[in-house]
Amino acid sequence: MLRYTVRRLLQLVFVVLALSLLLFAWLRSLPGGPVSALLGERITPESRARLTAELGLDQPIFVQYFKFLGRAASGDFGVSTGVQPGDSAAAIFVQRFPATLELSVLAIVIAIAVGIPLGYLAARRRGGLLDNLSVVGSLIGVAVPVFFLAFVLKQVFAVELGWFPTTGRQEGGLDATRVTGFFVLDGLITREFDAAWDAVKHLILPAIALSSIPFSVIVRITRASVLDVLDEDFVRTAESKGLTTQVITRRHVLRNSMLPVVTTIGLQTGALLAGAVLTEKVFAFPGIGQALAIGFERRDYPVLLLLILSAAGVFVLVNLAVDLSYAVIDPRIRTGSGGGR
Amino acid sequence: MVHTRKVRTGHLAAVGLAALLVLSGCAESQRSQNDPNASGGAAKTGGTMTFATEGAPKLFDPFFATDGATFRTSQQIFEGLVEFKPGTAEAGPGLAEKWTSTPDGKQWTFTLRKGAKFHDGTEFDAEAACQNFNRWYNQKGAGQSTAVTGYWQDNFGGFSDGAKPSLYKSCAVKDPQTVVVELTSYTSKFPDILGLPSFAMQSPAAMKQHDADNVVKQGDSFVYPAYGQQHPSGTGPFKFSKYDKANGTVELVRNDDYWGPKTFLDKLILRAIPDETARKQALQSGDVQGYDLPSPADWEQLKKDGHKLLIRPAFNVMYIGIGQKSNEKLRDLRVRQAIAHAIDREGLVKQQYPEGAKVAENLYPDTIFGWTGDVRKYDYNPDKAKSLLAEAGASGLAVTIYWPTEVSRPYMPSPRDIFGFVRGNLEAVGLKLNVVSKPWNGGYLEDVDQAKADVFLLGWNGDYNTPDNFIGNFFADPDNRFATGSATWGNQLSAEVKAADAEPDTAKRKAMYEALNKKLKAEYLPAVPVAHSPPALVTSAKVSGLVPSPLTDERFNAVSLG
Repeated sequence: MLRYTVRRLLQLVFVVLALSLLLFAWLRSLPGGPVSALLGERITPESRARLTAELGLDQPIFVQYFKFLGRAASGDFGVSTGVQPGDSAAAIFVQRFPATLELSVLAIVIAIAVGIPLGYLAARRRGGLLDNLSVVGSLIGVAVPVFFLAFVLKQVFAVELGWFPTTGRQEGGLDATRVTGFFVLDGLITREFDAAWDAVKHLILPAIALSSIPFSVIVRITRASVLDVLDEDFVRTAESKGLTTQVITRRHVLRNSMLPVVTTIGLQTGALLAGAVLTEKVFAFPGIGQALAIGFERRDYPVLLLLILSAAGVFVLVNLAVDLSYAVIDPRIRTGSGGGR
Repeated sequence: MVHTRKVRTGHLAAVGLAALLVLSGCAESQRSQNDPNASGGAAKTGGTMTFATEGAPKLFDPFFATDGATFRTSQQIFEGLVEFKPGTAEAGPGLAEKWTSTPDGKQWTFTLRKGAKFHDGTEFDAEAACQNFNRWYNQKGAGQSTAVTGYWQDNFGGFSDGAKPSLYKSCAVKDPQTVVVELTSYTSKFPDILGLPSFAMQSPAAMKQHDADNVVKQGDSFVYPAYGQQHPSGTGPFKFSKYDKANGTVELVRNDDYWGPKTFLDKLILRAIPDETARKQALQSGDVQGYDLPSPADWEQLKKDGHKLLIRPAFNVMYIGIGQKSNEKLRDLRVRQAIAHAIDREGLVKQQYPEGAKVAENLYPDTIFGWTGDVRKYDYNPDKAKSLLAEAGASGLAVTIYWPTEVSRPYMPSPRDIFGFVRGNLEAVGLKLNVVSKPWNGGYLEDVDQAKADVFLLGWNGDYNTPDNFIGNFFADPDNRFATGSATWGNQLSAEVKAADAEPDTAKRKAMYEALNKKLKAEYLPAVPVAHSPPALVTSAKVSGLVPSPLTDERFNAVSLG
């Protein structure tokens, strides 16, 4: 198990390195660049040439890449030119990652907390009204674009009804203290409960929008998986042994049907960032997704590079965690893994 | 099994709770004592206003900035020797109450305002003013990059190291209330340029304490010192309070020691909401009390909903540029005139521009010196355009035309629609268009500057009220985006632009600019001026006192709620 983990982590290093080279070359081969973004229509051919040289963007890409690697080795991933000019890419990551993490965690919690019970109930009452509703609902959830759902939620619950704020992470005038960068947590530990509650209110709509796809997938996989397990011999055996439904459900059905569900949750968690870009744009939520959108628009190479690499890293780590969790859920994998893994 | 798992969960929860308690032990609330919600209500004085802007400021030291978001903030904190009168682009007194110059326009004596104080408590006086001038002039290293001190270089030229000539020569303290600024030559734009946000007066003491000039090039960008990030200190009606980067909000508070009328607002919060629709919804829901740059498509609805739409006087120009380098036929004046006749500018402005937009006849708006209506006007006349093309042997000429995507500029609200209109016009006179569209930052400006576009859509937002701000930027250097250097008349145009700017005699200068504007239309025609379009801002009904500025230089000192 340990060796397996170490090997996977080493793989991660190589994946990130290879990706960094690809990204580096790809970003810099895109037309335009930070120089245009910095100077806008004020730019002249002369100032363009001068700034391009100052920023070292006139050098061959591989020279730029090795310089970047050299600096990155000492922890310097470059300085933003567009998202927050003057701030280091790493600082932007540290500042914005908690925002996206708060959002993603709440989204996935919503997806799991509602999705698994709904999928389970739908399977238990196969063909019933709830089952049909959940199948149709989850289809819609997958099919409706995230940004559209985000927009509708915002228009109805924030603009029309005024229940939730439309944008951002927190009211500006709250004078909230920042400790960890997780606004909800900060509010709790500094006992500024109004600030924490305000941050939660800012999270709810974007989190629901962001949860729509993982939610739908989780409902469908749970339903299918539970149906499979319900048909298994051991469930019938358990029933004939006279075990109560509750025990059968918890000990046999749920446990055995969770393996594919956990895999799905892992994959969906990794994929959340794609939805976060759109959700954060609609809600002007200052997280990683918004930084990616602005960074791309303004050709902010250092920020794009670091954020995309981090996202890839997170994706790989989440998948590793999922693989490891199989062992916890399914003892067969654990016992079978003795030497091989 | 089930039992042990429950225990484990219990452990986990206990550990988590303990961790939270430990964390809360070392995390103290740092809130200020006064309750932010204490004031407000119906009173004219007091309250917090949140205004949504397009972007977050780069930093708070305007001398190192070129972006509108930084200036939006810095203009509340700082004041210049010269200030533009509210709602106009006209230069008036600021921290200098009055000024005189020698007849050759090279020596300027400024009489300074008494009683103005920087936010760090130090006095504003002649010594401080000169220290600001010398700070600008003495930039070194990364401070000389175009991306850092672009406004200085555009307006004053070089630095004290003498690598490039500078307009600035010296600043002398005559007495505590008087400074004498010497220039190396006369320019029509002085002292107006001292009203630019970049040249606002900053506290020398605060700049020294927080290392204001220590801008460093790191990797492929620039890192700014603590002064510009955390400790800006000006004389303005608002003081910098804090920048909550994680939340994208800048908080300014009333300066109770301000020399003029104090602000009504207790606090002004500027919140970055890049998406225009999101800004609109934030206003509709009451999260913000105003926002910048509503899309013209929303103007009617916003008014109908009872919001206050403040339309700025148009201080920009949109033009169709005609490059002189790549396409030989475009060097023939008749072909350029044909393009001018082919465009239905009236129709374009009526259909694609918001209320208040005007057809442009000069390359700058009529509020600026030297503008003249007595220029050659190219009426919409496709037949004339066709015959001009035929005369020049250019019927069915193939032309590469560029238009930008992923952008909206005040002079060009919707490039796609504007281009659609222009395209129809040009094709109707038989031009064969090779259409290229590129993202604004994704190659558009770059290709245009490299003369890859024969014809292109572009424009300019004015900074101050002299012709040089427009046509000087366009043509003073013959190596420009119209590539006028490739035309036989390019160097002459450049010389004429420079000569007009350097003429100290007002009447003569006016005549020179008028003549130049006429020639630009009748003889040179490197661009067809199309429109001057007014951008807007919008506030909720209860906000009063905000005066829309042609320079997007709105001040919140007279703003009140309710």
